[in-house]
Amino acid sequence: MSNKDTIVDVPTVNKIARLSRLDIPEANKQSLTNDLNNILGFVAQLDEVDTSNIEPLASVTGHKLPFRSDQVSDGNIEDLVLKNAPESSSGFFVVPKVIE
Amino acid sequence: MSETSTLKPGHIQGETGLWEMVIGLEIHAQISSKSKLFSGASASFGSEANRNVSLVDAAMPGMLPVINEFCVEQAVKTGLALNAKINNVSVFDRKNYFYADLPQGYQISQFTKPIVGEGEVIVDLDDGEQTTIGIERLHLEQDAGKSLHDKHPTKSYIDLNRTGVALMEIVSKPDIRSPQEAGSYVKKIRSILRYIGACDGNMEEGSLRADCNVSVRKSGEEFGTRCEIKNLNSIRFIIQAIQSEAERQVEILETGGTIDQETRLFDTSTGETRSMRSKEDAHDYRYFPDPDLLPLEFTESWVQSIKEKLPELPDSLKKRLVQDFGITSYDASILVEEKDYVDFYQQAANGRDGKLTANWMITELFGALKKDNLSFLESPITSENLGELVSLISNGTISGKIAKEVFSEMMKSKKSPSEIVKEKGLEQVSDDTEILKLIDQVISNNQEKVTEYLGGKDKLFGFFVGQVMKLSQGKANPGIVNKLLKEKLK
Amino acid sequence: MSELLDLNLVEASKALKNKKISSLELTNAYLKSISDTSSLGAYLEIVEDKAIRMAKESDKKLIDGTARPLEGIPIGIKDMFCTKDIKTTASSKILENFIPTYESTVTQNLWNDGAVILGKLSCDEFAMGSSNETAAKGNVINPWLKNKKMSPGGSSGGSAAAVAARSALAATGTDTGGSIRQPAAFCGITGLKPTYGRCSRWGIVAFSSSLDQAGPLTRTVSDAALMLNSMAGYDQKDSTSANLIMPDLMNYLDKGIKGKKIGIPKEYTQDGISEDIVKFYDKSIDLLRDEGAEIIPVSLPHTKYALPAYYIIAPAEASSNLARYDGVRYGARQEASSLDKMYELTRGNGFGDEVKRRIMIGTYVLSSGYYDAYYLKAQKVRRLIKEDFENVYKKVDYILTPSTPTTSFELGKKQDPLIMYLNDIFTVPASLAGLPGISLPVGLDKSGLPIGIQLIANSFDEPGLISTARVLERSIGFNFIADGVAK
Repeated sequence: MSNKDTIVDVPTVNKIARLSRLDIPEANKQSLTNDLNNILGFVAQLDEVDTSNIEPLASVTGHKLPFRSDQVSDGNIEDLVLKNAPESSSGFFVVPKVIE
Repeated sequence: MSETSTLKPGHIQGETGLWEMVIGLEIHAQISSKSKLFSGASASFGSEANRNVSLVDAAMPGMLPVINEFCVEQAVKTGLALNAKINNVSVFDRKNYFYADLPQGYQISQFTKPIVGEGEVIVDLDDGEQTTIGIERLHLEQDAGKSLHDKHPTKSYIDLNRTGVALMEIVSKPDIRSPQEAGSYVKKIRSILRYIGACDGNMEEGSLRADCNVSVRKSGEEFGTRCEIKNLNSIRFIIQAIQSEAERQVEILETGGTIDQETRLFDTSTGETRSMRSKEDAHDYRYFPDPDLLPLEFTESWVQSIKEKLPELPDSLKKRLVQDFGITSYDASILVEEKDYVDFYQQAANGRDGKLTANWMITELFGALKKDNLSFLESPITSENLGELVSLISNGTISGKIAKEVFSEMMKSKKSPSEIVKEKGLEQVSDDTEILKLIDQVISNNQEKVTEYLGGKDKLFGFFVGQVMKLSQGKANPGIVNKLLKEKLK
Repeated sequence: MSELLDLNLVEASKALKNKKISSLELTNAYLKSISDTSSLGAYLEIVEDKAIRMAKESDKKLIDGTARPLEGIPIGIKDMFCTKDIKTTASSKILENFIPTYESTVTQNLWNDGAVILGKLSCDEFAMGSSNETAAKGNVINPWLKNKKMSPGGSSGGSAAAVAARSALAATGTDTGGSIRQPAAFCGITGLKPTYGRCSRWGIVAFSSSLDQAGPLTRTVSDAALMLNSMAGYDQKDSTSANLIMPDLMNYLDKGIKGKKIGIPKEYTQDGISEDIVKFYDKSIDLLRDEGAEIIPVSLPHTKYALPAYYIIAPAEASSNLARYDGVRYGARQEASSLDKMYELTRGNGFGDEVKRRIMIGTYVLSSGYYDAYYLKAQKVRRLIKEDFENVYKKVDYILTPSTPTTSFELGKKQDPLIMYLNDIFTVPASLAGLPGISLPVGLDKSGLPIGIQLIANSFDEPGLISTARVLERSIGFNFIADGVAK
């Protein structure tokens, strides 16, 4: 298992955590960074494989995307949609104020 | 910035020289489908909060998208109407970002392989000239929901009714060189979309919005850094926003500054653009093919069957109007702006004087509708009635002047012009003896003027014609009045 | 009571239809067993009232002769399946109070065929794990060794432990990189991952959409066939679902394997694989040869790269699939004054360490500047892996491999995530290729822990997979019972 030294550092981890909207306690950052480096080092093995002229494979299914006809067949279920909401009011989901 | 009014549109005179605008547009057109792009919830506008929301739209765990065939068809149709390359295999990607009205945490869109590739559209400019704007691509994507920030002092309210509604994003090449051109381009795209029925083009309800990419450069130089003005929902705002943004950029560049590539909002109250406050971190959308969907594939014969169903489009119609009805290219371009106009015109002008019909429609009818604040579909005058009016003028039943009177009565009463003419006794008088009586009366009432005229004051001829017309309450045939007057006053 | 628990699914079904037993009796026996084995921690939620109500309805149908294929059979459901009005958490704190208003297609299919729900089974959080230790409510204990707390495997650890401990007659699982087959191997039972697209994913909490597939965990191959008969089927609500009719698998149980070719890939007997497993692997090969199969050595050259490719693709998809857990529409919200802070705290507190690690990896490999080097590269390697299988299936009908490189390990002993990932080294390749695989128990190692052998078939050849697995099952005669079974 190849373990390349440092692929990500703490600032990169901060950036990724921010993109992922994950609060990571300061105390856990170094160990998380180490884990990520181990994993990224492991997956870097793929560099050994010659993939020139190979098309990426996104799906193993052999069929075409099936179409649906344009019918209104859903909706009118506000109660179900809102049932598990942590906060809702007069039919809306409610969140802390968003500033644009 | 000053004196822009004396410059050609799209140019700004700075201290350091003449600047030119480079503009590219991303038009978001809501597809006129009954249900959403990937769910069976209604795509209609104006329902109660979260009514048109399925479990798929609310991104409940385990929910999956299934694509709406009608939406795919509309994208292909639009692509064909834009003379664009149709990609028989395209891919849906996820555009990942967090936002309160984006339940999945990603928007399903098309990034590297859109359904429609390069095309072009011919745009009619205000001065009667034409220009060709390149289309970069067209892709299908989901709309986001709506956040309401004014319902609570510290909270935002989220309505997902629009979440997942099908949009087509039509991306132009940076071929546009002035705000006015941008406006005309949007008009043309909207017109095409309405012709083919892919989108209702209603900008007030947000069915058609545009993001404008604006940069400035000195003539012949490389493109400058661009800013994107988001979500403009009227042609007037598009024109204003681009002008003000270009002026802002010139001001910065002239004072030695640089332009930050950023997203900006247009403030309709100040008429200026401002930076979005929430841009603190650079976006990284992490596009990747949506594994819940497979590549979107269709056959060439399916595309052909759509092509066959395509209605005649504005450009070809325009050519035909000029050819068949002998109207000017400018008039034709106005008439083909809306499918409803052309249909109206063709019915009204059928077998009649095309030029005269176009004049009455464009000048009188459009003017009157505007004055009365009516939409075209609310017109009290039908195509049949306008056509009849034109016939009455052409065959000499009424004069042009009387026709205006009849027209305003038609606007009020919705009656047919012949009915009005009959009721009011407005038929033109062309009978020589009738007219001669009137002439005699005018001559005897104006003996002094007759003497002056015969004495060489030719200009007075008009006065006599006017008096005769007045006496006939405008009904006398002016041609005959002229002829008989000349004979009488020899 | 315990005689009732001795019946496997096929036997119990027969007894029910012959009215030797009632579903209520059977269901009560299982409810008692659940309570007797509660220390294993397999169940997150027990729905006793509903189970009894469903059992009574089944008894009516059994009496009036309208019994359906799984009539009156009490089963457990992995907590990744959304079940209407029954709490569904995916073993995560972020969904601790989530009560779906809908039923997953696969579970609905089971209820439509008469099955009775006992409750929801623990798993690794969002099915991310190979030991069931990432479950928010704590690990499940493997019922095999009484004196040591061993892992049941994962992520379908609760499902495997419940079937092995006889607290469910059968269970559903989901398999992304081995989450059915590896725990089945660890717990001495049968676990079948169907071809990708065979079972609808609608209503199953998504981990990695291009890999996730539901399947049964059962005591026997026939039981698996009966379960999958009901679970599988085309679903218009899942665009990746295959529009194919699966033949009745019960017709394939005794087809035998005479003349069939079985491939033995050389890449699956590497260093680090336990000796006992090799022994039983060889024994399995011999038995199949004796039964008339032709044994052919084959090569799947890119096997080594399956695991690294998997640990790019699965986390990448997961990072996006798990973005919806943001505390807005459902889930345990952590209040904060700004939306972004709310997201970060909700997700930071709601997800466990392994889930967070995978989201971070997934976000990283998709991020600008790294996409080509990681994600695209992994997708290309995925194609090579699929092509490896396609080439081999030109020469053979089935592939036989060990299910895991080792038998179960003690809970809490594998702290390094990477070491944990290596558990799936033999199950991941078939997942990446979308192929059906089954793990069945073939023996016990020196410490008395079960060993699983995996058979992999070509796409949509579940019938052949069942025939072949049945031959191996019968000839090897594995008939041990876990220590932890309630007596």
